Amino acid sequence: MSTSTAAGSVVLTGIGVGRGCAVAPVARVAPAPVVPADEPAPQDPEAAVARLTAVLAEIGDDLRTRATGTANTDLQNMLEAAATMAADPALLAEASRRILAGTGPATAIDQAVEGFAEMFIAAGGDLAERATDLRSVRHRAVARLLGVPEPGLGALDGPAVVVAEDLSPADTASLDLSKVVAIVTELGGPTSHTAIVAGQLALPCLVRVAGATSLTAGTPVLVDAAAGTLTTNPSEADTAEIARRALAEQAITALTGPGATSDGHPVPLLANVGTPDDARHGAPSTEGIGLFRTEVLFLDARTEPTVAAQIDLYSQVVAAYAGRKVVIRTLDAGADKPLAFATQPDEENPALGVRGYRLVRSVPDVVAHQLEALGAVVQALPAERRGDVWVMAPMIATPGEARAFATAARAAGITTVGVMVEVPAAALRATAILAEVDFVSLGTNDLAQYTMAADRLRGELADLLDPWQPAVLELVAATATAGTSTGRPVGVCGESAGDPLMALVLAGLGITSLSMATGRVPAVRYALAGHTLARCQAMARAALDAPDAAAGRAAVRALLDPQAAAVLLGGR
Amino acid sequence: MPRRRARVATTTGLHARPAALLTRRVAEGGHPVQIAREGQPAVDASSILMVMGLKLAHGEEVELSSPSDDAEPLLDELAALLATDLDLVEQP
Repeated sequence: MSTSTAAGSVVLTGIGVGRGCAVAPVARVAPAPVVPADEPAPQDPEAAVARLTAVLAEIGDDLRTRATGTANTDLQNMLEAAATMAADPALLAEASRRILAGTGPATAIDQAVEGFAEMFIAAGGDLAERATDLRSVRHRAVARLLGVPEPGLGALDGPAVVVAEDLSPADTASLDLSKVVAIVTELGGPTSHTAIVAGQLALPCLVRVAGATSLTAGTPVLVDAAAGTLTTNPSEADTAEIARRALAEQAITALTGPGATSDGHPVPLLANVGTPDDARHGAPSTEGIGLFRTEVLFLDARTEPTVAAQIDLYSQVVAAYAGRKVVIRTLDAGADKPLAFATQPDEENPALGVRGYRLVRSVPDVVAHQLEALGAVVQALPAERRGDVWVMAPMIATPGEARAFATAARAAGITTVGVMVEVPAAALRATAILAEVDFVSLGTNDLAQYTMAADRLRGELADLLDPWQPAVLELVAATATAGTSTGRPVGVCGESAGDPLMALVLAGLGITSLSMATGRVPAVRYALAGHTLARCQAMARAALDAPDAAAGRAAVRALLDPQAAAVLLGGR
Repeated sequence: MPRRRARVATTTGLHARPAALLTRRVAEGGHPVQIAREGQPAVDASSILMVMGLKLAHGEEVELSSPSDDAEPLLDELAALLATDLDLVEQP
């Protein structure tokens, strides 16, 4: 699919791999050699078979030499597999049979390969992608038999976007990586080896770009993997924006380590995790998990998960984050997220009904069993690590509810107990709630919904749900102040923690940790590192004093360090 | 004619790399060996293309056979290879 934009500029779309972007002229990988339709029958079929046997053996040796010459293990494995295919006895037998029956040798190997390639493609999946390896063997064999140059990329004289119908591992291995800035293929898929290798090399890559092979060599193109687009003859403004994004991305990803302001005030950056798989991977860039949602184990279950199954899952998560903090939220289900194994009446206002910790009123056993499992996980840890596992309940409205939860959790063996602050009543009474528990965590999405009386699922009310609404921020500030005066941690695990600008405001309000989707951590870390705590506090005051959300955001932008503003906001 | 049954232990199935390990060993073994899925025609076990074409998944049972009576030790070795998770085996 292509769309024409400015004069002479065409946009092609495909599937982007990674988030990178680059601008450079197109370099075309030479197309596969064509077998002449009138290739003569071999004069001496026996000799032609011998020649083909030798050619395939040479290609196998050549590919194996390339395999040993690359440091990339995946590429090495792919080249080894291609080398084995070149030397395959069934392939040689099939091509030989055709030659002996009077077919020209190039046509014979072409047809033999195509037979296997079609079988692989029909089989689909991983096997279909191997058809590329097989065809690269075909291209090399045909080129050698016909005495024409082998397909591939000529020498590059500058930065280039490599464009090919598809790239075999051998093609990829021959790329001059000091000059290649992006890879674009017409075929392939997001799991093809082209994509895998591009990902490992951190090269922006687009696959399945219809029309890519009709691009002329030397045409300047802009490749944007995040958007999945290729733009020919990009404007100067587009090119400048790409250069800015690349620099910003570099500045952001260059920073690692714990979150802190420029003057060293620590603000731990944690991960929000929804699936055990994500948790098992143990995001390396974060200082722990700030929100592990346990719903996943419950929502699809037809029967209540056993205590043993829960212990198994929770301990895997805790083990993946050994030595780091893990905050586990107890079941946040209810009328809006129903449990299949517990009958619940339909509610007219599910967001205001029996949900979160309120389930203790309707299914107390489910709540008790989960605490039993969590307590067992904590108690199985060595004494000095038990404090790393924090457990909190969602939808707490009163200090009495906080006390009841804390009592039950501590009785189950949990040592660090907290509650979510997402109901305005809890924010207003945060000091009394913090007298009952060890920490609180603000769920800013629900807090905005309940403060502004606006349904989170109604898109047309998005302006009311804006976390920059001064009324919402005032409740966040009240909770943070309660934390400071009682000396207890107050974290934020809503989406607003992942907005770099808002993260500065939250740090300024006295929030002690920020938990977000892992992909958002680098930009937030960068924002914090560019500002002092005093500047963050000034931003917090500006946001609180603003008449509305838009004005608050603008006031905080104006207080951004100019360099950080350029990186985080660019021309926007 | 010696025969062996084996179950594919490679958790990801007999894709390119494990198939290459198997077929290379067959080629080195010096005896013709065939491999078949239960109830299906046997194929040349030294051909990576034929072996990959079987699309053998983890846990599937296959039969190895050779017309050569001297192939007993080779078949034992190949059956043991199939019963190994080849994803965990280093490339030779």
